[in-house]
Formats: sequence, structure tokens, C-alpha cells
Amino acid sequence: MDAGDIGWWGVPIAIVGGAIRVSTPFLFVSLGETITERSGRINLGLEGTLVFGAMTAYAVTVVTLSPWLGVLAAMAAGTLFGLFHGWICKFPRVNDIAIGIALMLLGTGLAFFFGKPFIQPSAPDLPAISLGWWSDIPQVRAALQINVLFLIGAALALFLWWAFRTTRIGLVLRVVGDSSDAARAMGLNPDTVRLLATAAGGALAAIGGAYLTLYYPGSWNEGVSSGQGLMAVALVIFARWNPLGCFAAALLFGGAGALGPALQSVGVTQGYYLFYAAPYVLTLVVMILTSSPGRALAGAPGELTVAK
Amino acid sequence: MADIASRPLATDRPAPSATARLAVLRETLRETLARRAEAVVIPVAALLVGLALFSLFIAALDKSPLQFFELMWRGGFGSWFSFQNALARAAPLLLAALCVALPARLGLVVIGGEGAIVLGALAAAAIAPPLRGVPPLLVLPAMALAGMVVGGLWIGAVGALRHWRAVNETISSLLMTYIAIALMNHLVEGPLRDPASLNKPSTLPLDAAYRIGPLPGLDVHWGLVVGTVVCLAAWVLIDKTRWGFAARIVGGNVRAAQLQGLPVARLTIGFCALAGACAGLAGMIEVAAVQGSANASLAAGYGYAGILVAFLARHNPLAIVPVAILLGGVEASGGLIQRRMDLPNATVLVLQGVLFVATLFSETFYGRFKAFNPDLWKRRD
Repeated sequence: MDAGDIGWWGVPIAIVGGAIRVSTPFLFVSLGETITERSGRINLGLEGTLVFGAMTAYAVTVVTLSPWLGVLAAMAAGTLFGLFHGWICKFPRVNDIAIGIALMLLGTGLAFFFGKPFIQPSAPDLPAISLGWWSDIPQVRAALQINVLFLIGAALALFLWWAFRTTRIGLVLRVVGDSSDAARAMGLNPDTVRLLATAAGGALAAIGGAYLTLYYPGSWNEGVSSGQGLMAVALVIFARWNPLGCFAAALLFGGAGALGPALQSVGVTQGYYLFYAAPYVLTLVVMILTSSPGRALAGAPGELTVAK
Repeated sequence: MADIASRPLATDRPAPSATARLAVLRETLRETLARRAEAVVIPVAALLVGLALFSLFIAALDKSPLQFFELMWRGGFGSWFSFQNALARAAPLLLAALCVALPARLGLVVIGGEGAIVLGALAAAAIAPPLRGVPPLLVLPAMALAGMVVGGLWIGAVGALRHWRAVNETISSLLMTYIAIALMNHLVEGPLRDPASLNKPSTLPLDAAYRIGPLPGLDVHWGLVVGTVVCLAAWVLIDKTRWGFAARIVGGNVRAAQLQGLPVARLTIGFCALAGACAGLAGMIEVAAVQGSANASLAAGYGYAGILVAFLARHNPLAIVPVAILLGGVEASGGLIQRRMDLPNATVLVLQGVLFVATLFSETFYGRFKAFNPDLWKRRD
């Protein structure tokens, strides 16, 4: 029996590998959204930011041949989108959810507009670290090819978890998110804090996009995102606005998304599309189970429209 | 009213003279006109500002905005041929937009119309083959009913989750769209597949008798008429009935509505189900008039375009009709603009995005202008 044929063991290995590979965009977008939502706003436009970030990262990398410059450029673009959302939502009666939907359309449109010349050329990938050197089994090795961005994302989740509870900035963010009036009484300007929080969220979401074009799947085309930016918003609720929860949820989503392809690789093709829907069903079920009328979601920022 | 005005008042003040009453009447008329004018002037101004911003974008790319708008006029509205193209593209948008506009009355942002369209279309396509031989006059309504019931259940479930479990409707409706498309793909590739459809898995094709044809003398199918009629009906429902009024109260303040004894659960779920039924009907029309069978082409993004139409129309069903035709024309002219000006086809997406943002931003100006707001005139007295 050759080492490549490991039968059904391939399924859990592929799911773990898929979870690590697919989860990174979810992780970055959901961490970004957590920062924004903790300040009391919701930015549904991160889907557009993600796609625009994906395009920017790829285009800059094609031109400069440096994937890290691509990531930086994506962050800059994402910051601009976040600043725009944060600025426009400051005006009375401007609905943050609706503006998010509009920016989703605008971001995607601008990405397709400027990205058209970059569909053909290929760009160098972001580096990955092989943590599977101890195994002879190619599937295990493939599963443990871990991208640097995944590790950065994991560290960032830990950092944000710490920062939310102990640093001054984290506390300011939470005060603004829980009560604008309390924040004003403390001499804070909620609009400014939300502007910055939305900008930070945009920058992180754009990194998620950069991962899509610079590592997995690793090229730019108009179908590069399958709604990760939107799902990440649901994922934040799922994770109870906790960065560590985002990390776990992103892995879970990645694993659920890898279920279909993993089963297909061992010959189970029945119901492929239903497995494809697994992450969405999972999110919906968890939202149903954990929501309840009459009380706000545990851990929800008080100013958040979603939680009201 | 006249009765009350002429009745002697309890105080000793003499009854108002005819001229005084005329002045009151004139004042009321002025106030009504001002409020009506606001509802027209601000959206139109937002549209113009959006177009101006987009012109700057085009000009920054060294292309001529004038040529762009000239081509848009020619491609979408300028000739009878291009205007029919615009109307054909507007047809599915009417019903898709209602799927957003109806729940919006309750303050709900439902963006999952695409899922109801896809499943409604699938239900309509699935119910027709077993009914082969039955007269089309019975089958077509049955197909429409199937689509509306499935669509209504799908979005109705969003409303039910919102009401009983407080699940955010924006996110749940969107998740359910992905689930709906996966379900459709699964059924179309499995149990409902026509074995003869090799490259593109589809359901059994509809008999020619069960297809919806073009309007007499036009290149546009009946969906345009159906959509317009449903828009009118939705306007009557929202503006002229007590259910529409109650829904607006729920949208304004749920607690107040509950204290008033309004049936909040029935209103929430009912309006969502109606919205889903509209989307399901759009799916049925898409199958019967355009596709001929259910397949992956149904997820063409009408549900998402409908969101844009509904918001640009400020969730007013009457405004949906012109806005849908406008956007239909914009989309119809995309090809011409792409060829003549060497711009990517995403240009239309950018234009839509700019218009969307400009319209949402304009919400902040309602009630701020003295000319439109009688409350501001009175304040100076």
C-alpha cells in the first residue's frame, strides 16, 4: 500500500487542512468586523472591501513582485473604504447596514473595473511554512502547509482579546459601543472612535482579500470571493464579539467548507451541493439557537443595531 | 371636516370668517405641496449628484462623461428597440424590489430575495411536468402559486425567526440565499434532473404551451405587466389599508405597536411572506418566460439588483416602477458602452454603487430644508 492511499483517513485530514487553508479570510474579516461592531456600528460592506483588497493586493504584487507590498496596499485601500463608511454613517438618519450593502456593490464594482487587466498575469504567492515535515503522508504534509498570514491572524486574535479587556483603547472602544451617552459623558467623541474602528476593520478585511488572491486560491478573478465578507459578519455574532471566538468560528467555517471537497476526494459525490451549504446551515442554526427575543445577545455591544 | 369647522366653538370667539378659512386652506395646501416636493426633489437631486460624481470618475480616466451618457441614452432609452430592452430587463426587478420594499415598512432589511427567486422558480418548474396535458389556463396559475408559496415560506421563515427568536433578518436572509442556491443545485443535479440535459443540468423543459409569451406587438414578456400590477397592489396595501398603516407603526416602534394591541407577529411574518411570494413569482416568470426550465442560470443576481431598486425607490412601490426601468436601461446600455468606449462591463456596477451611496446619503437631508419643512417655517413665529 503506497503512502498516498490512506482511504477514509483522508477525510478528517483534508478537513483539518481545509480548515486552516480556508479559514484565514474568515478570520481577518471577522476580526475586523469585531473591532467595528464593538464600537457600535455594523459594516456589511466588508464583502466589497474584501474583493477590492483582493484585487489591489494582486495588482500591486503583479507590478512590484512583492506579495507583502500587495498586502500593505490592500490594507491602505481597505482603510479608505472603512473611513468612507465611518464618515458617511456619522450623519443622522444614514443607515449603517444600508450603506454597507451599497459599499459592497461599489467595492465589488470598482474591483472588477480596475482588476480587469490583472485577470491574466500571475503574481508570486505569499510564503507558507511546512509544519508537516515529520510525516511521510503527502496528505498530512499538504494539510500542514500553513501560510504566514494564518499565524499572524491567530496572533492578532489573541492580541485583540487581550487588548479589548485591558488596554485603554480597548476600553474606549467598548464604552462607545455600549452607550454613546456614557461615552459622551466621559468626553469621548463616539463618531471619531467609530470612524477609526471602521477604518481598522476595513484594513483587516482587505488582508483577508489579499490572502485569497495571493495564496488560496491564489489568483484574481471576478468569482474570487464566495461571500466570505458577508459570512464573517454572521460569524462575529456566532463568536459573541470575542476575538478568540472568531478564531474558533473561522476554523469551524473553514472545516465545514472543506467537507464537500474532502468527501468528493474519497468518492462521495452524492449531495455535494448540500455539503457546500454546510457552513451556511451551521451559521443559521447557531444563530437560531443562541438568539432569543426579549433580551440582547450575551456580549453584544449595546449600540449595535443588529443586537437591538 | 366642514361640519366640525362650522360648529360653534365652546369659547365665545366668533366663527372664523370665510377669508380666514380660505387662508387656512391655502396654508394647508402649501404645507402639503412642500412635503410632496421634498419627496421628489431630494431623490432626484441625489440621482444628479451621483451622476456628477460618476462623471468625475469617468473624466479622471480620460474618458468623456458626455459620450458615456449619450451612449447610455442610446443603449437604454433612445430608440424603441433599446427601450424594449430596458423594459425586458426591468421586468424581474419590479418583483425582486418588492421583496425588499415590503419588509422595509416594518423596518426590516431583507436582502435574501435571490434565494426566494431561485426556489420559487424551481417549484414552478417542478410542478409543470406532472401536469402535462392540463390546459395552460390552469397550469400557469398553479405554477405561479407554487412559486409564490415556496418563496413566501422561505422569506416568511426569515420573518418568523426574526419575531420569535430575534434572529437578525439581514444576515439570516442572506445565509438562506446561499442555502437556497445549494438546494436548487442539488435538486437540479439529482432528483429533478432531466436526463437529457447533459452539459447544463436542468429540470424537464416546460411544454411550449406553458411558456409565457411576449406582450402583443412587443419584445417584452408579460412579466412587466404582472410586476407593474403587483407594484400597484403593494402600494395600495401599504398606503391605503389598515394593514399597511399597522406595519408602518411596527416599523416605527415595535413596543408602541405591541402596546396598541397590533398583531406584530402576524404583520411581521405576513409582510415577509408576501415579500417572498413576490420574489417567488419573479422566479416563476423567469422560468416560464425566459429560461424554460430551472437551472443554475436562475441565480442571475436579480435578487441583489432588486435591493438597489428598492433603496433607490425609498421602498415606495410606485417609485419602484420608474426606478426599475431606469436601471434596466442602464444595464441594457452596458454592452454598447463597453464596446464603444473600451470600458470594462463593471462600469455599470460602479455607476450603480455611486447612485446607491448618493441616495442613502440623501436620507440625512429630509426635513432639514426650510422650503420643504413647514415645521421650520412655524418655528420663527
